[in-house]
Amino acid sequence: MAHEILERNHGAADLMIVGLQTGGVDLAQRLADDIREIEGSEIPVGSLDATMHRDDFGLRPVMPEAITEIPGDPTGQVIVLVDDVLYTGRTVRAALDAIHSYGRPQAIQLAVMVDRGHRELPIRPDFVGKNLPTRRDELVDVHDDGVDLGDVS
Amino acid sequence: MSAMRHLLSMADLDRDEIEQILNLTESFAEVSERQIPKVPALRGKTIAWLFYEDSTRTRLSFETAAKRLSADSMNFSVGSSSVKKGESLRDTVQTISAMGVDGIVVRHKGAGAPQRITQWTDACVVNAGDGWHQHPTQSLLDLYTATRHLGSLEGRRIAIIGDIKHSRVARSNAIGFATMGAEVTFVAPQTLLPPSLEGWPVKVTHDIDEVIDDLDICYLLRMQVERQEQAVVPTLREFHEEYGLTTARASRLRDDALIMHPGPMNRGVEIAGEVADRPNAVITEQVTNGIAVRMAVLYLLLGSGLDLVDEREHVA
Repeated sequence: MAHEILERNHGAADLMIVGLQTGGVDLAQRLADDIREIEGSEIPVGSLDATMHRDDFGLRPVMPEAITEIPGDPTGQVIVLVDDVLYTGRTVRAALDAIHSYGRPQAIQLAVMVDRGHRELPIRPDFVGKNLPTRRDELVDVHDDGVDLGDVS
Repeated sequence: MSAMRHLLSMADLDRDEIEQILNLTESFAEVSERQIPKVPALRGKTIAWLFYEDSTRTRLSFETAAKRLSADSMNFSVGSSSVKKGESLRDTVQTISAMGVDGIVVRHKGAGAPQRITQWTDACVVNAGDGWHQHPTQSLLDLYTATRHLGSLEGRRIAIIGDIKHSRVARSNAIGFATMGAEVTFVAPQTLLPPSLEGWPVKVTHDIDEVIDDLDICYLLRMQVERQEQAVVPTLREFHEEYGLTTARASRLRDDALIMHPGPMNRGVEIAGEVADRPNAVITEQVTNGIAVRMAVLYLLLGSGLDLVDEREHVA
């Protein structure tokens, strides 16, 4: 995936990798490490908690999980948002809003390890580790060694 | 996590709840540093400001917090409203509630007024100061500021110095800091202490020099100069010499001890002018943190939905 990102962006210049809390943060760091190994250049990595931009206030308890850290001004940068699982797309929508309160990026791209379908918004990933057809009542868990698929119950 | 409905007094909060608020405050402090320091978390919520007592900084701080959360404000100016025509607090609250508010932030000269208000409305009530009783958001912002510098407050020594008797800040902080494990000492002349401190988690002394050397936090209260006429202290100069943080005393503080003050300061009375500008004086930081703390409180009460059952099946 690191190769794909570099190919699409013709190198690592102006790239900034931002992991979504909580599943995307470690993945973002690993992608950045891989890119550094390939390119030999350090790229800024951050993490984003988009809780405050969610659309389900009043429907369930909503509490931020962590402090957002955007490494520098994203204006003019290409931001690669990273998450473990892409599902309804609502978290990504919230993240897109959140990013814009830090500046105006040149572009935002989306990288996910697993796309499990069931989108509820017009959002499409740029880089996908694996497309994984699921039922809505299934759980997807991404960890270091691979992906688990289980039932909610 | 608790589903708090109102914030009335520091005595209502246990240590976990305070910690939860302080953690949440950190998230909102980050929001305040953004290029656009605004989140849509309280969109569509309306907050009414019910200030029966003068307040500039607390009110501005609350209003800024509400704006950064995208809440709508309903301004209620006591001076130019029907309160002047003799409307009772109860009728005012019920009228405001009938207009559809989600939160009421109240400051009132009567201790316990916010508590009463909760009986007359479905809205969440935040106490922004009631008489000499409580000012919980001030205490929370002080706790936040102190923990940012000192880490855990367990076993830390704080002296709250000056006009304890008339101070809701002193009462709120005594409880707040004690709940977090700190050792609280009130320092004041007999005339500026409440008649009884029984049951309070504090030590009392009349001699500031007894405690100054090993404090972690030196917390000065505003000397209410307008009370001078009641002859509670001989002269302000004498008060400064006896109970103020003079330059000489400030130099006896440990290097890492914090100097705090809720504002507005009387330079030259409770604190020497120069001392307020020392690097370990965190007085302006308290003001900055006040916004984040109030965002956290408003969010917790109005937006977090912690009273709802968590029905989500999967975080994606």
